[in-house]
Amino acid sequence: MNSVLKIIAQRLALGLLTLFIVSIVIFTAVNLLPGDFAEAILGQGATPEAVESIRRDLRLDQPPITRYLEWLGGAVRGDLGNSFAQANFASFVGDDSGTRTTVAQQIAPRFANTMFLAGVTAAIAVPLSVGLGVLAALYRETVFDRFTNIFTLSSISSPEFFLAYVLILFLAVLNPLLPSLSNIYEGMGFGERLQKTLLPALTLTLVVMAHMMRMTRAAIINLLASPYIEMARLKGMSPMRVIVRHALPNALAPIINVIALNLAYLITGVVVVEVVFVYPGIGQLFVDSVKIRDIPVVQACCLIFASAYILLNLTADILSIVSNPRLRHPK
Amino acid sequence: MSLWLTIIVALVACLAGGWVMRFAGQKATNNAPAFRDMPLGVAFGWVLGVTLLIWVVYTYYLARTLPQPDANKYFFFRTAIEWFIIFAVAAWIFRVFGRLVGTAGSRKLFRQMPLTASFGLLVILSYALVAIFAGILAPYGQEQVLEGVAANIPPGGDPAMGGNPEYPLGTDQIGRDILSRLIYGAQNTVGIAFATTCLAFFLGGSLGLLAAVLGGWLDQVLSRAVDVLMAIPSLIFALLLMTIASAWAGSERWLLTIYMVIIIAVIDSTRVFRLARAVGLNIVVMDYIEAAKLRGEGLSYLIFKEILPNATAPLLAEFGLRFCFVFLTIASLSFLGVGIQPPLADWGTMVRDLAQFINFAAFAPQVAAAPLLAAGAIALLTVGVNFVVDWMLKRSSGLKE
Repeated sequence: MNSVLKIIAQRLALGLLTLFIVSIVIFTAVNLLPGDFAEAILGQGATPEAVESIRRDLRLDQPPITRYLEWLGGAVRGDLGNSFAQANFASFVGDDSGTRTTVAQQIAPRFANTMFLAGVTAAIAVPLSVGLGVLAALYRETVFDRFTNIFTLSSISSPEFFLAYVLILFLAVLNPLLPSLSNIYEGMGFGERLQKTLLPALTLTLVVMAHMMRMTRAAIINLLASPYIEMARLKGMSPMRVIVRHALPNALAPIINVIALNLAYLITGVVVVEVVFVYPGIGQLFVDSVKIRDIPVVQACCLIFASAYILLNLTADILSIVSNPRLRHPK
Repeated sequence: MSLWLTIIVALVACLAGGWVMRFAGQKATNNAPAFRDMPLGVAFGWVLGVTLLIWVVYTYYLARTLPQPDANKYFFFRTAIEWFIIFAVAAWIFRVFGRLVGTAGSRKLFRQMPLTASFGLLVILSYALVAIFAGILAPYGQEQVLEGVAANIPPGGDPAMGGNPEYPLGTDQIGRDILSRLIYGAQNTVGIAFATTCLAFFLGGSLGLLAAVLGGWLDQVLSRAVDVLMAIPSLIFALLLMTIASAWAGSERWLLTIYMVIIIAVIDSTRVFRLARAVGLNIVVMDYIEAAKLRGEGLSYLIFKEILPNATAPLLAEFGLRFCFVFLTIASLSFLGVGIQPPLADWGTMVRDLAQFINFAAFAPQVAAAPLLAAGAIALLTVGVNFVVDWMLKRSSGLKE
């Protein structure tokens, strides 16, 4: 057990290191922007004094390394700075009385919404794809297997917005079953919230299902030639029982791995889907900030996406090591 | 709520139907093994499948026979089924054609080909043709705002529905011919995606093979750099870099497209690097490489004459997959408004511009078809490429089960 803890600690340290380097990459990339943020905020008719005051306000007069360390230190404490759009708005109104929202305040509710969407998607997609994978392995090379194969392959290779609009067309416009816009607000009941999240969640399900289903099928079929499966078959077990009781537990490692990787993929896929459904999540905020070049928000969203991605990849890594003793004792 | 109830009742009815079918089958065939050993789940599956098929046929029948306003609801269903059948027949004819014409090798290839793969090949070929001859095929220019023609003419070309037979797919929000823009979109979107993939392969492939052959510190540095770049989700990273690129490009919109090609190529080359290095490492340890090294062959001979020919199959499959990824990333970026810039016609941008018409589907299905055509054009190509790659991978891995 000690070795497992040691490996997990090693991987965690590696993940933290990666995150640190990624933050450097993000910061450097953003600082490649030509010109000055202050001029970008104020636009053309900026007076030198105003530019100077904003530069001091945003601490742009400091050298990059100081700024990076300050940004990183703030990010670790949960302080992600002030959004430019908000700063611009405040300076325009002339109101500087501490009412402006910080990036963290802007992101927090949206982050919760995105997590809710990802959670609903995972709750639908994981059982469905594992179940379909088991069935496809059980009835391999039949009409059912071919059909699910073609269907999932088509759904994974279509762009997210195509799937989203087709679902909107059939489930929201032609048969008004679900709302096509997910206007989610604070203090909404769970049932209503679920109903408004269902259509984006279904879209994402279609996107991530194929990999998980195919991996489940392939991992199970890989094991079917093993002696213990043959033994179980020869003693008269039903095929379903053979697969669920004997093949599935042994195929769990690759399946869990691919599930974690696909949840990581969800993080990226969420951006387009949120834009289509006007879902108030972090992805939509990200795209909006990209368009108006609101650098602190872009930076913060990027960092959050990257850390979620790294964390899920790390989980996949650790789970596959824990579940496979052979990886725990490398030769 | 009543919908869920209907679904549950239908499923239970299918289960009962499955039991009845099995029982009837056992009695009718005097316990033939097929029915005797059939689990209830399989019987349920058969009945469910047949029920779905009957429902599809019935709905299609409704769509063809109902009078106009009621049939609108089934318009897309009908079109989808008709196109599915047309595509299946076209793929089948293409396969038969391929089996009869061509060299012995290509005929053999077509004989082993599943219908999905021949469909994919057909799609890729026709897209390539459309992209190459876009200038000849398109009736109008891609940027041409047609003089004296109304904007937003619905597709279909039926004057009774407000269409215009001269513009079979209608015009867009500022009066450009959608058919021409779709055709030019093939040239722009597919062409740019292809160029990006080639660039990504050139970068990732050459560096990956170099890392595999040379090893040492070069390998370490490149691999760690790729690890870091791959730790950022690609679409997010692309969006971040596009923000910066848009500031660099300023008002020169065409520069932004070039920046996009470079950004996506670099991001995607990390994935190519991984694969090329892994494949290369497996080949480098072979005896014939050792022999070539002992003969005193140079680095370029080793890479081009010894390693590359043996790495073609996995790299080719990866090229197809990479192309899909690049294509989808570009389409997504354009859809989000930061990809290929107007006035170039591009499918992702077209979807975004026309998307709101989907809400009119219940009254005027033709109007809603326009954005789906552009999105469908993207989906069709990626599905086609994926079908072909899937078949290639299955063939090269030799998995029969």
